[in-house]
Amino acid sequence: MSVEADLDAWTIAEAGRRLRARELSATELTRAALERIGARNAALNAFITVASDDALRAAAAADARLAAGTAAGPLDGIPVAVKDVIATACVRTTAASRILADFVPPYDATVTARLKAAGAIIVGKTNCDEFAMGSSNENSAYGSARNPWDLTRVPGGSSGGSAVAVAAGMALGSLGTDTGGSIRLPASYCGVVGMKPTYGAAAKYLRRRQQLGVHLEADHRLVGGAGAGTPIHGAHDAAPTRGGRRVCHSVAVSYARAVRAAVDTLGGLGARAGSASLPHTEYAVATYYVIATAEASSNLARYDGVRYGSRLAGDSLLDMYCRTRAAGFGPEVKRRIMLGTYALSAGYYDAYYLKAQKVRTLIRRDFARVFEQADVIVTPTAPTTAFRLGEKLADPLQMYLSDIFTISVNLAGLPGIVVPCGVDDAGLPIGLQIVGPPFGEEVVLRTARAYEAATEWHTRRPPRVGAAS
Amino acid sequence: MSAVDRSAGAGATYEAVIGLEVHAELLTASKIFCGCPAIFGGAPNQHTCPVCLGMPGVLPVLNRRVVEFAIRAGLAAHCTIAPYSRWARKNYFYPDLAKGYQISQYELPICAGGWLDVPVDGTTKRVRLTRIHMEEDTGKNIHDAHGSESLVDFNRCGVPLLEIVSEPDLSSPAEAGAYLRALRTLVRYLGICDGNMEEGSFRCDANVSVRPRGTIALGVKAEVKNMNSFRSVEKAIAYEIARQARVLEEGGRVVQETRLWDADREETRSMRSKESAHDYRYFPDPDLPPLLVSHELVAEVGRSMPELPDARRTRFVASLNLPEYDAEVLTSRRDLADYFEAVVAAHPNAKAASNWVMGDVLRLVKERKLDDALVITEWPVAAAHLGELIALIDEGAISGKIAKTVFEEMVATGEAPRAIVAARGLTQVSDEGAIAAAIDGVLAAHPDKVADFRAGKDKLLGFFVGQVMKATAGKANPTLVNRLLVEKLR
Repeated sequence: MSVEADLDAWTIAEAGRRLRARELSATELTRAALERIGARNAALNAFITVASDDALRAAAAADARLAAGTAAGPLDGIPVAVKDVIATACVRTTAASRILADFVPPYDATVTARLKAAGAIIVGKTNCDEFAMGSSNENSAYGSARNPWDLTRVPGGSSGGSAVAVAAGMALGSLGTDTGGSIRLPASYCGVVGMKPTYGAAAKYLRRRQQLGVHLEADHRLVGGAGAGTPIHGAHDAAPTRGGRRVCHSVAVSYARAVRAAVDTLGGLGARAGSASLPHTEYAVATYYVIATAEASSNLARYDGVRYGSRLAGDSLLDMYCRTRAAGFGPEVKRRIMLGTYALSAGYYDAYYLKAQKVRTLIRRDFARVFEQADVIVTPTAPTTAFRLGEKLADPLQMYLSDIFTISVNLAGLPGIVVPCGVDDAGLPIGLQIVGPPFGEEVVLRTARAYEAATEWHTRRPPRVGAAS
Repeated sequence: MSAVDRSAGAGATYEAVIGLEVHAELLTASKIFCGCPAIFGGAPNQHTCPVCLGMPGVLPVLNRRVVEFAIRAGLAAHCTIAPYSRWARKNYFYPDLAKGYQISQYELPICAGGWLDVPVDGTTKRVRLTRIHMEEDTGKNIHDAHGSESLVDFNRCGVPLLEIVSEPDLSSPAEAGAYLRALRTLVRYLGICDGNMEEGSFRCDANVSVRPRGTIALGVKAEVKNMNSFRSVEKAIAYEIARQARVLEEGGRVVQETRLWDADREETRSMRSKESAHDYRYFPDPDLPPLLVSHELVAEVGRSMPELPDARRTRFVASLNLPEYDAEVLTSRRDLADYFEAVVAAHPNAKAASNWVMGDVLRLVKERKLDDALVITEWPVAAAHLGELIALIDEGAISGKIAKTVFEEMVATGEAPRAIVAARGLTQVSDEGAIAAAIDGVLAAHPDKVADFRAGKDKLLGFFVGQVMKATAGKANPTLVNRLLVEKLR
């Protein structure tokens, strides 16, 4: 038991092998992760809450199982981080909002419970945009997480802290949520792998209508298996990927170059590339922001100061509601509540919400048509690499357009993964998005793995920040 | 009182148009979207969990039983059961509404159309239904318990409800009351709701408007809420009809608004106008998939349906030769009709059984408030025993008068009537010699009365019968007593 934990080099599989071989203990591995968090979190702000005591207790229990040879599976003893919109029993869960600053749920989200049952060690709750509303992580009431490749840049959002935690070796894997690109965008900005399963595939007991997924380093099969609530359907034929399709959109030159090179790499591995038309993609961002804001305006009504969360006293019931919500919610959340309330108002419902639902159906059909001929679709993850903190805060529409490549995948409910596929001129990571048909997780993962096997981008690590550990 | 007569709800000048919205709390074991018990009472907030408290991130899971109950109601009321319906959110802020929205059904309810045949003044009125849909109940705010603070009890939050909406087919308070009673009988028959208005498990809002008699266009309506008994529903509607008629007569205009019934002052008061009405921002609930109801499920529920009150009433008249009135009373409750049929099964004399059940049995049921229970299980006497008692009368073993004594004994001891009759020697005397001897004794003791009778005072026959029965301790066969008395007095 004297091997030093190498959080930068080890994958979950590697760490798991060493744990089961008793080369080091889960406690040592967890302690290493907690030390890394302690050393770097001040600079990166990836965690809102660090659960050291709970983590070490869980690690000791994992060690007992490992010693007895009754390990729960490949995740037993592995330190992971959980996005702070996902409920963790007895550990503060803020959703990065002031209104839940002191909220400690008495229950676990289903995914949390499953992670615990699989023996994973939850080291803490990661930073994100308030109620997962944002593309940069700047909408957090606890300050933005920072991009470990360049501390002046955003990590992407909304699951920024989850991507940073993995990129900076503060955990070996993490859970995020992805309703419009919130796992995949930060994965591409931070140079890690991020996967969003088919809508409904991951068990949910989490905030709002969010899509769960994972951030991890080149180890998708493991956490993907534990995170998915149902067995992955549609075991495709065993033959290598038949063909990939490519979507072109307006992206930065170096970004486009890297994605084209990735397509060539896949071609070299036997994939047949063609181009695909998704004609309704241009409406995806508008469609999403009608549906998502409408639902958010209703979903967030429960934060009224009555049962839990912060409450500000008022002269009347209405006054209490107004003060509580005015003080508890940040500007982007308020903007979305107003937009969504408007879209659902009497007389506007048909023009906005209903219309958006119809466009969503058209977008889903676009994808279905392409998947009649293709196994996967590959695209850039975003129009650019990570932008600077504050750069888009004044222009919400520009911010929303960061999600242009990811958002239609959510509207269609499809599985998608992002893998590192290059760097731009400034050395910032570029992410390749691979999208599959409904419940096509396996072909998506297989394609990603084949790509990783042929390239080295996923092995790059950001420079160390903070004290060495 | 103006042009509208309160009791009839309509008058010479104006006629009323009334539609009712009824909320029936369903008798499922658990709540509609979580596993908490859906029972009345309990310590405040005892029956709650993260789901019905609207904690962050929780998701609803539909209780299948609620759908079955809705289908039961829909089939019983001749509705179309929708193979595809949707859940919708009704958004508004109130402390007793945990999530800030109520999960209900809006554009696509589970049941559409249908009707209820309602007995009104000896005829039957067909009242059409607009729809029946499912939704969750809210919690309860408790005011004034802690000074300036209000408290909230979420035990009721998430208890399943059916909302049953009628067409505006009712035209008087009495018709509205009759419809409401028929609906309550139906939901109790179906075993889906206990129909308790006082406890709030069966609630009614009324949409009331008036229009000049003979016209077709509807007047402006008011929605009246807060009635917690059948009487107050009828009173509130009558008040509202009179109020609106008075407004129109005085040249005013009725305002569309929601009004609350004040049971103490017996009047309705404006709660909010149309202008200040909520915009509920209904939209399909993204947390729940569309509800698909298969033909198989509808058929399965259909097979499990009990015989409904209408059909049972008709059968009681047609096959058991009961008067309409008896059939009406006996089928007013499913348990009562079941009990009656069990008595008839024990001894096939339906009219006698009806008399006993509607008389002595129901009297005791009401005295002992046994009918407060949703289903009466403890009857004053067992149905088989009551059948046996009627059989004893029909066999001539005991008289009707003795039967009353035996009945009281049955109630007191729970014993079978034959055993009571044997043990107490109550068997009827049908021996002509013994009865004749008793008659001779009575006639000898009252020579003056005998003379009066013979002089034409026929009414004295009853006196002699009474004296003979007294002399035989009530055991003499009354038919024989009568015959022999007449013979001897002649």
